[in-house]
Amino acid sequence: MLVAESISKRFGGLTALNDVSLNVKPGSITGLIGPNGAGKTTLFAIIAGFLRPTAGRVLFEDRDVTTEPPHRRAQLGIARTFQIVQPFAGLTVVENIAVGAYLRHPRRADALARATKVARRVGLGAELEKPAASLTIAGRKRLELARALATEPKLLLLDEVLAGLNPSEIRDMAPVVRSIRDEGVTILMTEHVMQAVMSLCESVYVLSEGRLIAQGAPQAVCEDRQVVEAYLGRGAAARFRPAGAALA
Amino acid sequence: MTARDLLPIAVAVALTALVPLFVTTNTVLNFLVLVLIVALAAQGWNILGGFGGQFSFGHAAFFGTGAYATAILQTRFGVNAWAGFALGVAAGALAGWIIGYLSFRSGLRGSYFALVTLAFAEVFRILANAAEVTGGAAGMLIKLDMRPANFQFASRAVFFWVALALVAAALVLTRGIECSRFGARLVAIRENEEAAQALGVDTLRTKLAAITLSAGVTAASGCLYAQYFLFVDAQIAYGTWISVEALLAPIIGGAGTAFGPLIGALSLHALGEIAKLFAGRVPGIDLALFGCLLVAAVAFAPEGILGLARRTRPRLKPAAG
Ligand SMILES: Nc1ncnc2c1ncn2[C@@H]1O[C@H](COP(=O)(O)OP(=O)(O)OP(=O)(O)O)[C@@H](O)[C@H]1O
Ligand SMILES: [Mg+2]
Repeated sequence: MLVAESISKRFGGLTALNDVSLNVKPGSITGLIGPNGAGKTTLFAIIAGFLRPTAGRVLFEDRDVTTEPPHRRAQLGIARTFQIVQPFAGLTVVENIAVGAYLRHPRRADALARATKVARRVGLGAELEKPAASLTIAGRKRLELARALATEPKLLLLDEVLAGLNPSEIRDMAPVVRSIRDEGVTILMTEHVMQAVMSLCESVYVLSEGRLIAQGAPQAVCEDRQVVEAYLGRGAAARFRPAGAALA
Repeated sequence: MTARDLLPIAVAVALTALVPLFVTTNTVLNFLVLVLIVALAAQGWNILGGFGGQFSFGHAAFFGTGAYATAILQTRFGVNAWAGFALGVAAGALAGWIIGYLSFRSGLRGSYFALVTLAFAEVFRILANAAEVTGGAAGMLIKLDMRPANFQFASRAVFFWVALALVAAALVLTRGIECSRFGARLVAIRENEEAAQALGVDTLRTKLAAITLSAGVTAASGCLYAQYFLFVDAQIAYGTWISVEALLAPIIGGAGTAFGPLIGALSLHALGEIAKLFAGRVPGIDLALFGCLLVAAVAFAPEGILGLARRTRPRLKPAAG
């Protein structure tokens, strides 16, 4: 479905990604984890077309999309959410989602109907006419997901959609993510909430300081010595632990 | 777009069309025609600035291109005034597309885009002031020949109705944009360009379409001005006055709404007249007032008069649930 081939990205002197390759299988939920600053968001931006890699290629359904702009990739079926939520603040919830729905439904009535359906799906059904700016952080995360989903993607890139949510909100969202996959959408997600990664993902890639340090089934990866060191050694444990503790 | 979307426009235009039946003094009709001309220019600005969030400080570039194109075609090439009007609109739209292509393709946004449009308008003004084909600093007169076939009317009331018809067309166009995918995408770009891209919006193409339409409408206003006064010079056509009014009216009235530019243009000019009445001949008093008004609008009514009205009006719809 998605193949990233030896992706490198440098920002001036900083190497954010160094020779990263990954392969996302169709119909899977694949995790991308790693400490803060590992390069997860940068890799998402490269896959979705917002950044050009310094080296390497992005293949989507066997097609080289490395130089395609973001809107073309959205048309091809790649949708992303933003870790730092980017709502259209002046618009209502349903209008926000409709912008995504217009991609496959040019008529207004169809796009609005589609947007309403997607809103219900992610639990925003009661907030359709509210201004997006009035949503709580959990609501905004749902809105990110809804807008991306409304484009009817084949591949959905979720950048920490669970971060900042409380345990009960996470319990609400996890099944939604799973049901999206069950309808045939392939998902690549980054997450700091390990419990969610363990329960949702079939396969996990671990990034640290721009390098891929492990990959495989979530359970095996978590026991990997290098992975543990990457997290604890960088002091990221401080962030890692409360997230885990909150779930306990 | 349904009949219900168009009803407020139909009602407002029909009522306004009755005005010349009751008011026949030339001063008042003159005032109203000028308000409509400014409103039309502002409606053009509103498409790009109000909906698309791309603030141009140089819509004079399009107003002037329309005015000069129609004047030059008539006086130098003997083109019929109505054809000249259509070609003037096309010339303005083309100028819009070119300026848009140059600035949007290089990623100009916000104040950079505003400054570039301002610069284009100024360059056009200087060129028009110097070139021979535009009559240089002396400007150019369109030959007086009061016949409808020449887009010239002996009666001011008729001109009022023609101007109103164009404003009505721009209202319908704006409402159509509001109700379409194009409009939704334009607003999405205004609110967050990156998020719009992620949802499959071709932001360059959308902005180019917006500036082309926007410039075409403002150019129509320039053509109208040329036909009304039968005179064009660089200070008028490419002057900052029209750039300022085209952006001030929507901001005062309610940017990104169909009626905002019209309400803003009327309020601005009504206030300007009142100020002149009271302050007599203090030069520039209306401009000083416009400045104060802009500050007040930005501080207290960022959504303009229409936004203010919406916020203060008691809710008509009962809250759900
Ligand atoms: N546009 C940019 N210019 C310069 N440096 C950047 C830019 N974007 C990201 N970086 C740097 O690249 C590195 C990787 O950042 P990235 O946001 O991809 O990490 P992340 O894994 O998503 O982290 P987090 O878990 O905090 O979201 C960081 O050191 C960051 O400071
Ligand atoms: Mg990140």
